[in-house]
Amino acid sequence: MTPPVLSVRNLEVEFHTRRSVLHAINGISFDIAKGEVLGVVGESGAGKSVTGLAVIGLLDPPGRIAGGEIHLSGMRIDHLPPEEIRRIRGKRIGMIFQDPLTSLNPLYRIGDQIVETIRTHTNLTETAARKRAIDLLAEVGIPAPEKRIDAYPHEFSGGMRQRVVIALAICAEPELIIADEPTTALDVSVQAQIISLIKRLGRDHGTAVMLVTHDMGVIAETSDRVAVMYSGRIAEIGPVQDVVQNPLHPYAKGLMGAIPTLAGEDKRLVQIPGSMPRLSAIPQGCPFNPRCGFVFDRCRVERPEPVVRGRQAVACHLYDAAPNDVAKETAA
Amino acid sequence: MSDAVVPHRPEPSAVPARGGVGWVRRALDSDIFYSFRRSKLTMAAGIVTILFFLLAIFAPFLSVQNPFDPAQLQLMNSRISPLWTADGQSPFLLGTDEQGRDVCSAILYGLRVSLLVGVLGVVLAGALGITLGLIAGYVGGAVDGLIMRIADVQLTFPAILIALLVNGVAKSVFGNKLDAMSTLVVLVVAIGLSFWVQYARTVRGSVMVEKNRDYVAAAQLIGLPAPIIMLRHVLPNTMGPILVIATINLALAIITEATLSFLGVGLPDTMPSLGTLIRIGNNYLFAGEWWIVAFPGFALAGLILSINLLGDWLRDALNPKLR
Amino acid sequence: MLAFTLRRAIQAIGVLIAVGIISFSMFRFAGDPVNQIVSIDTSAAEREAVRKSLGLDDPVVVQFARYFGNAAQFKFGVSYQFRQPVSNLLADRMPATLELAICATIFAMVFGILMGVYSALRRESALAKLFQAVSLIGISLPTFLIGILLIYLFSVTLGWLPSFGRGDVVRLGWWTTGLLTLSGLKALILPSITLGLFQLTLIMRLVRAEMLEVLRTDYIRFARARGLTTRAIHFGHALKNTLVPVITVAGLQFGSVIAFAIITETVFQWPGMGLLFVQAVQNVDIPIMAAYLLMVSLIFVTINLVVDLLYTIVDPRLRSTISRPA
Repeated sequence: MTPPVLSVRNLEVEFHTRRSVLHAINGISFDIAKGEVLGVVGESGAGKSVTGLAVIGLLDPPGRIAGGEIHLSGMRIDHLPPEEIRRIRGKRIGMIFQDPLTSLNPLYRIGDQIVETIRTHTNLTETAARKRAIDLLAEVGIPAPEKRIDAYPHEFSGGMRQRVVIALAICAEPELIIADEPTTALDVSVQAQIISLIKRLGRDHGTAVMLVTHDMGVIAETSDRVAVMYSGRIAEIGPVQDVVQNPLHPYAKGLMGAIPTLAGEDKRLVQIPGSMPRLSAIPQGCPFNPRCGFVFDRCRVERPEPVVRGRQAVACHLYDAAPNDVAKETAA
Repeated sequence: MSDAVVPHRPEPSAVPARGGVGWVRRALDSDIFYSFRRSKLTMAAGIVTILFFLLAIFAPFLSVQNPFDPAQLQLMNSRISPLWTADGQSPFLLGTDEQGRDVCSAILYGLRVSLLVGVLGVVLAGALGITLGLIAGYVGGAVDGLIMRIADVQLTFPAILIALLVNGVAKSVFGNKLDAMSTLVVLVVAIGLSFWVQYARTVRGSVMVEKNRDYVAAAQLIGLPAPIIMLRHVLPNTMGPILVIATINLALAIITEATLSFLGVGLPDTMPSLGTLIRIGNNYLFAGEWWIVAFPGFALAGLILSINLLGDWLRDALNPKLR
Repeated sequence: MLAFTLRRAIQAIGVLIAVGIISFSMFRFAGDPVNQIVSIDTSAAEREAVRKSLGLDDPVVVQFARYFGNAAQFKFGVSYQFRQPVSNLLADRMPATLELAICATIFAMVFGILMGVYSALRRESALAKLFQAVSLIGISLPTFLIGILLIYLFSVTLGWLPSFGRGDVVRLGWWTTGLLTLSGLKALILPSITLGLFQLTLIMRLVRAEMLEVLRTDYIRFARARGLTTRAIHFGHALKNTLVPVITVAGLQFGSVIAFAIITETVFQWPGMGLLFVQAVQNVDIPIMAAYLLMVSLIFVTINLVVDLLYTIVDPRLRSTISRPA
């Protein structure tokens, strides 16, 4: 059996500050298979982006990986020396950042930036790399790529720039693409196009995609599976239909309740009371316990570990205590 | 990175409160004072600066002679090297110059003159710049255009050049034989005219912002006259940046005065500043009498360095965005 | 692009006219030009004659037009102290100042950029901290003190380099150069360092700050995510983006270098325009002061214009925003 493209096991990320150590990621595990899109969703500060940066080896000090393992197609990559992880970045893992307006160097033509990346990772000649750059631009849907290749970033619209960024991310045929809020900075009308582009590229090339976003709508449209993150932990992970239609974790329930639907217009959208704790003040036990409607004593002392429920896995004491009773209770 | 984990930092305390006394109090018990105490270098610079001011104020009590009273100078005491050298003589700690003047006393008195010109120059530049900035920002239109164009043109020229020109013109108008006191006034005016632009730009900028705030509209509504609104409500908001500019400009003003005096167009030998002392001492450098120029030089460099350190720290502490 | 150039050129001419008015007012109203020419015992009638011959009876506007017309042809009148046309004096002195200013600028740029890049990339290293400390001291030491210090060290104590003058110069047409003789080159070293040191610290601090800023930008992060080598990121991407504003500032600073040369030239008795100007201020030689002001403004304005245009060539964003709406 081929190993998953990305396999993260018990990953821990810490930020060392003068006063204390902040645990940004607290033991998370997940896999992404070839051609699969994993959506990672959560509030700001839940650790979604940090997870992405940890995978690609771009955590800047004071942040560092404090434990766990990251495997890329079976090869452990979390402890590689800087030069080796650099060779993986851009070649085997492509990354797309949130803001296409600032992701490209304004002083270089986009063609130069693509050619530079291609030539860093392959042995192609300047001419061959340029030809490939034009093909890539065509593939991501830039009209008249043989002309536009010599344009500067500021000569493109936001959506077009994000397409260039995507072309840069896939130019060495990576096994995995990490897209960090790729549509957040874009106009709503452009968002759908970019999402379907990412989805299409993943399908065509068999690339695994880790899609980080806080937008459940985007996840529902694109992802095969979804991981709901809260305070540096995965609260719930599972196939996207299951999690959206039958969320198990109280936080996931709240999150799904916050998606407006066309059918239930007369219902008020559910709001989760309170806000996510700061990293410096994560409560003992389950980090969600102060906001949880189903909280009981155990939640305040013991940290819940993920339990498998059907195709979903959920980190909540409701499910390992007395599965049947509680499931009934929360469903009501 | 929308949700990157940013380590907790102290809240920025750069928002100046309204009202003078309140601002001072807040500054003292806020992060600013904390950061002051935390930086040993800044503390040292603060202490040295205060020391310099005290030395200048109490110069007559600290020096062994009044170096500018010819009756107290004796030629037999001339060219004595510092106390710790082989030829040193008490009470001349840092040696004496050509005319038997105690270098240490001359520095103390010179420090007085340098600080006096620097402080007065900064005050004049500040008053001029703040007034023009308030007018430009509040009145707007052609007045604003005129003031800011003058500022633009002046900003392309280094302050030292402006100061030299003002100095030259003053000499030409009042004749070349100005007494020491009038020269001092001319220098203060020259420095004031050289350094007003930065204040004016800063104040104008914040007036433009504050002018449209609700509280100004409210003040206008209850019939407060414009100058009162400006002075009571808008000006206090700019005190932080102004303080930073004033501190850094104090160092610049002292350098400018010292340079003018060194070039021989500043304070005369009868009322020397540190710059004048360095010019005089420079003539003896080749004769090996290094102490006549070295110690005034050290004093000047130490003074400016301390003030610059304070200014740097103040700038970072009050407003990290201000460059 | 053309409209932009034209607009900047008009602004430049505006500045020159403003400086011209100041320069003329100094010339005309600061002291009586007649007194400078005649002796004390000249009769009132003769004074009147001189006044007429100088055209001082004409309306002020006419006088200004004439002054400006002359200045445009580099005729600045006669120096009170030297009894020579100011333009000749300036032309004699200009090569010395320009050579000094150019050497100082090259010195400041080369070392300022190197030190700035190093202290941005190796922020925590001891050498970078040393650079920071030295830069603070460099900003705090007045130029003339640095000059005196260097003279004491390299001329008085070590006796390696001359402490004053230009050394031997070679005449090339109206230009005199010290670059072609050994003594001329040796004489250039200390003044260039003295004059350039302040600019060096300025450029170093600016490069460091800009580079740190650039290294934090998204496109550098994205360049890292693309797997580019550290070398390519630092010296291909970060350095280029850093140098755009730095070159602008350094270019604009060239004007101040010429003005600051006043101090250096006095310390080293360097026979340039600055020394001439200081002597003019000491002796209230208004024609030289006025002419110097005009000449320096002309140089300033020209440099500003050139830098503005260069900037648009280097930064593609400006190029199109300027050419598009026009």
